[in-house]
Amino acid sequence: MAAENVLEMRGIRKEFPGVIANDDVNLEVRRGEVHALLGENGAGKSTLMNILYGLYKPDAGQILLDGKPSAFGSAREAIQAGIGMVHQHFMLIPVMTVAENIVLGVEPRDHLLLDERGAERRVRDLSERFNLAVDPTALVRDITVGQQQRVEILKALYRGADVLILDEPTAVLTPQEAGELFEIVGSLKESGKSIIFISHKLNEVLEIADRITVLRRGRTIETVPREGATEESLARAMVGREVLLRVEKGPANPGDVLLAVENLHVRDDRDLEKVRGVSFEVRAGEIVGIAGVDGNGQTELIDAITGLRVPEDGTITVAGKEVDRTGAREMLDLGVGHIPEDRQRRGLVLEFSIAENIALHDYADAPNAKWGWLYPRRMVERAGRLIKDFDVRGGGPLTRAGGLSGGNQQKVVVAREIARNPKVLIAAQPTRGLDVGAIEYLHRRIVEERDKGRAVLLISLELDEILSLSDRILVLFEGEVVGEHTGAVSEQEIGLEMLGASDRTAA
Amino acid sequence: MTGIDPKSSLPESPEEASETGTLAARISLKQRGGGIVVPALTAVVAFLMGGLVVLATGHNPLLAYHDIFDGAGLNWVFHPTTNLASTAAYNLSQTLLQTTTLILCGLAVAFAFRCGMFNIGGQGQYFVGIIVANWLGVSFASMSPLPHILLCVVAATVAGALWAGIAGFLKATVGAHEVISTIMLNWIAIWVAEWLFGDGGPLQNSSNPSVPVSNDIADSAKLPVFWGQQELQGLHVGLFVALGALVVFYLLLNRTTLGYEVRAVGFNPDAAAYGGINVRKNLIRAMAISGAFAGLAGALDMLGYLYHEGQNDIPVSSVGFLGIAVALLGRNTAVGTGLAALLFGALLFGTTHGLNSTVIQPELAGNLTYIIQGLIVLFVGADVLILYLWNSRRKLRRSRPPLPAREPA
Repeated sequence: MAAENVLEMRGIRKEFPGVIANDDVNLEVRRGEVHALLGENGAGKSTLMNILYGLYKPDAGQILLDGKPSAFGSAREAIQAGIGMVHQHFMLIPVMTVAENIVLGVEPRDHLLLDERGAERRVRDLSERFNLAVDPTALVRDITVGQQQRVEILKALYRGADVLILDEPTAVLTPQEAGELFEIVGSLKESGKSIIFISHKLNEVLEIADRITVLRRGRTIETVPREGATEESLARAMVGREVLLRVEKGPANPGDVLLAVENLHVRDDRDLEKVRGVSFEVRAGEIVGIAGVDGNGQTELIDAITGLRVPEDGTITVAGKEVDRTGAREMLDLGVGHIPEDRQRRGLVLEFSIAENIALHDYADAPNAKWGWLYPRRMVERAGRLIKDFDVRGGGPLTRAGGLSGGNQQKVVVAREIARNPKVLIAAQPTRGLDVGAIEYLHRRIVEERDKGRAVLLISLELDEILSLSDRILVLFEGEVVGEHTGAVSEQEIGLEMLGASDRTAA
Repeated sequence: MTGIDPKSSLPESPEEASETGTLAARISLKQRGGGIVVPALTAVVAFLMGGLVVLATGHNPLLAYHDIFDGAGLNWVFHPTTNLASTAAYNLSQTLLQTTTLILCGLAVAFAFRCGMFNIGGQGQYFVGIIVANWLGVSFASMSPLPHILLCVVAATVAGALWAGIAGFLKATVGAHEVISTIMLNWIAIWVAEWLFGDGGPLQNSSNPSVPVSNDIADSAKLPVFWGQQELQGLHVGLFVALGALVVFYLLLNRTTLGYEVRAVGFNPDAAAYGGINVRKNLIRAMAISGAFAGLAGALDMLGYLYHEGQNDIPVSSVGFLGIAVALLGRNTAVGTGLAALLFGALLFGTTHGLNSTVIQPELAGNLTYIIQGLIVLFVGADVLILYLWNSRRKLRRSRPPLPAREPA
């Protein structure tokens, strides 16, 4: 393949008040390659792409498209020049059809009216050409997230995109959908499109990219071919130091049963039975991991154990005490700590200060309050201590939680839950959306809690995380535990069970 | 190199806060977005557009606003006196009379807002307060003043709380939207009042059955007037009650566990539930507290200067609705609500009183208040636009993109 550069960004600099987001950044993308842009949160990936897409104006530097100097004053100009971008958060109109969404703004017309048939035909052609299966007549609100992403890609292609930017495309996808996306990216590459793939996940970058450019603190660190790159070398380039990708932990030392779930049945909001007769135990000093594809009952299971959802049937026993009528307050009082799977929706009140968030469970207890009267200064003092202990960075006790980065938000949640000295710690997707440095920190912290004698229940969609942290692994499929493993087990084996294959094929 | 050193991780950019939630929660959120600038700008733009309306009727808006300013007694600050023979002093006392009511009606909206609910029912809750205060004020005429006043005030406040509590209860139990249920409760309260005070109604006056007006409350129930005379609608001590309510509002929200729960539920009910807070209980309680403020407003008006309520006065009143504009403009804070109430009190009295037709079209006079009120509600709803205008102004000045200044983590 000719090493022709379809896109060059040279010496890009962009400064925001107080931050240099890009500083002499260079990026070269060849025609027909998948080029990964790798970096931690805040490394400057999004700024660089927003400059390319015409949303920001660079303070210095040059953009060459097909060798010609170009500058885009708006996204419209960038689109016209053949640049397409699929944002992490989709910009689709749920009540309109796939075809309508794709042609929006550049509709084929039949006199004054939208040529609906024509639009559908073109979309169908396009989706066949690039192997992007999606029904043009379906309403966007009725299709899956993975399919919505395809609609976004089609939207860019429809507008003639030659260079396609995918901004953290797998963040919203299930492992299966991610696999399908990689196939799509492959076929786009075959047909000569260039793809810029933004990510901070090392394994997927190594799987899909031809070349990898690593950014750190707004600077280009290196551009390397995939051949010869390893997770360790990339992590080092990203973080600027050696990173422990493997979790260091000694053998588990299980004690008494602190959490026992028996024959639990839970229904979701739509009254579907999502947990169907689950039983398991978690002992003091062990980490039990629950593996499974998203939507197989994990959320409902956690909600039931933490008192946020009333189970239909079954019993939950915490530290020997059977809980008959569960409520969040009762579970907290029994010593269940919970790192929720969605820290922004559930774990934090983003508009509250860090101090107020840290007091979320015990705002009404001494020393935070007495006779219903709050003592904010005491909240602030305690928050100050925890901020130091847990190395929360980016603000003090009075900083709005919403103003923190994802990693630091998660540290606030973890600080609050661990500081309560829970007997049982439920960690749901504790590292979702975090970068390598923060993941390393959280994993270490979770193992420490195990070693202090807590019963840890870990729920994660990342199989890697489950495998590296857990002492025992349960596999959840369609609301039932279909496998249990202690000791060494292969990723493939669990992967098959996660898809519900093991029972049926083994028989 | 220790291998584990989280301190060396990078500055990260903040994740975008997801702005999900109810309409009220979103508005309440935006309300905190731009400090004092946005509400001030909102008011200025509303006044400018109101000025255009004045201009369209062929009058000079500057003169009109000047006369409204004087008519509201705000020129009193240039030559302060307590002597009510001074027109300015008299006008100011009347403006403050309106302000008293508006503070409480504003708080009635603001408190529910802080719990993520939109209380449109201030008007109905106010009338429930009026009814109860009139009924108890007319009865028990033999009581001594202090207990009689306390009885009326407490009962009317509780009645307002119960009335609003219905909407909170319906929301918490069956999920009925508070906007719909409070509007319905408004109509129920208004028509009940029409019946009570109307011809043959149980609270109609006993002396002249052809006039659909209630009895005057007993002298023992009347609030002391400290500026002016009782017979001439002087300023009553309810003003201090309203100012006290502002303090109570602030302390309740920011310094009590109850307020912590209200704010947590208002910002993020999911996180509140996760934190162990009973969300349903808070919805009911916050609505009830909101209604208490409006009920108190009704009581103070009845005991402070109305003394009776005529059937014909009922459909004309709109203080409960003005409370929405007051709360929105005041960003649901105590200080903001106080200032916005003063502004609307001044407009309300200044535009309905003593304006001469060379300065303003007579038909426009009183309605200008409602035009400005409407514009403010509109702009507060569209404060994205106001922020945009503000940012482009800054952009012009500094020729910098209108990006939110983000601190490095």
